[in-house]
Amino acid sequence: MRAVTGSGVVIRLVACEDCDLLHRLGEVPEGGAANCRRCRGLLRRRPRNGLEHTLALALAAAVLFVVANVFPFLAFEMKGRITETTLVSGVVDLYNQGKQEIAILVLFTIVVAPLCQIALLLWVLLPLRWNRVPWQLPHAFRLLRHVQPWSMMEVFIIGILVAIVKLMGMATIVPGLALWSFVLLMLALAGAVSSFEPEAVWERLEARA
Amino acid sequence: MSAAEATALAASCARCHDCGLLCRLPGPAPHGARCARCGAELHLRKPGSLERTWALVIAAALCYVPANVFPVMMVTSFGQVASDTIFSGVIYFLTHGMWPLAVVVFVASIFVPVLKLASLTFLLISVQRRSSWRPVERTRLYRVTEAIGRWSMVDIFAITILVALVRLGNLATIDAGPGAVFFGAVVVITMLAAESFDPRLIWDRIEVRKA
Repeated sequence: MRAVTGSGVVIRLVACEDCDLLHRLGEVPEGGAANCRRCRGLLRRRPRNGLEHTLALALAAAVLFVVANVFPFLAFEMKGRITETTLVSGVVDLYNQGKQEIAILVLFTIVVAPLCQIALLLWVLLPLRWNRVPWQLPHAFRLLRHVQPWSMMEVFIIGILVAIVKLMGMATIVPGLALWSFVLLMLALAGAVSSFEPEAVWERLEARA
Repeated sequence: MSAAEATALAASCARCHDCGLLCRLPGPAPHGARCARCGAELHLRKPGSLERTWALVIAAALCYVPANVFPVMMVTSFGQVASDTIFSGVIYFLTHGMWPLAVVVFVASIFVPVLKLASLTFLLISVQRRSSWRPVERTRLYRVTEAIGRWSMVDIFAITILVALVRLGNLATIDAGPGAVFFGAVVVITMLAAESFDPRLIWDRIEVRKA
């Protein structure tokens, strides 16, 4: 629900997601946020950088995703024998050991969910770049929102750290190209997601209509 | 419309779960009403929130026991097998003088799952007892519970990497143990439980008292 005041400022009525209190909300300044006055929950935020910034980061993430998944990310050397692993080969090993549940969980949280996030961001932002309405926009937003909590690349980085320390005394660990691109991928995707606000897309579409 | 100190519920409006738009509901029973902007089904509160959250919390608590009793990892080197539980993993880092890592693993694998189960149980009971005690802090507790859940996956990821790297036949092999499957289940189920809890229920009780 929205109303336009005499001075042309759009006032929206919004409800707090956490406590349901209604607020009249005017324009939120760039880089700012509005919080619920009762429970301090986030009502609305406006990232400093626009959708173009998000698009650039999402494109970078797409390239890094390919590198991170094609090249080996760690090599392990013990008594002259070397084993290398890529993200997917690690998951396949786990699957073949009969731990299918964990293999699927790991595959989903570090490969499928991030890939979905990148693909959905591009799905929405590329058409908007050329002023077209993205196809199936509500479904894309819904999927993006549901997939977000399951994308766990930053947790995986800590997991890598724990594994490396555990093996340090036993053998030599050589970080591969994919490891570095994985770290960059995590940063690019985190930047893309945090600078993306679906409300900004809805607003842009409302302005067109 | 007066927005001062009123809730969306009292104004017979609902916030769309998906796009956040505030929608006016056609009647008192909003069954099948849809968001005007994105078409998602509208609900005043998450449907069956308390029942669903209770079921998931109990399921997670049941999985928590085997997750800690069974080994999460078996290390075979030179024909000898050593198995690690979650707790012995923390002890390993402590005894080897790597206490920063011991703290990380302890927080991620032991402290966070227990905190999540305890705080969700506390929130459920406080809502059911119609408590009006410190709603702001309870809402904050909910937000923290929702945000930290993912960090419990650290151990699962570390095991995956160890399994993938250390496969040198008789020399050294690492296998994932049955505890890891249960531990993964605890993480997933508690994340779903946090997602299904509706923090607005904390405030509904206070609204009722005021009225």
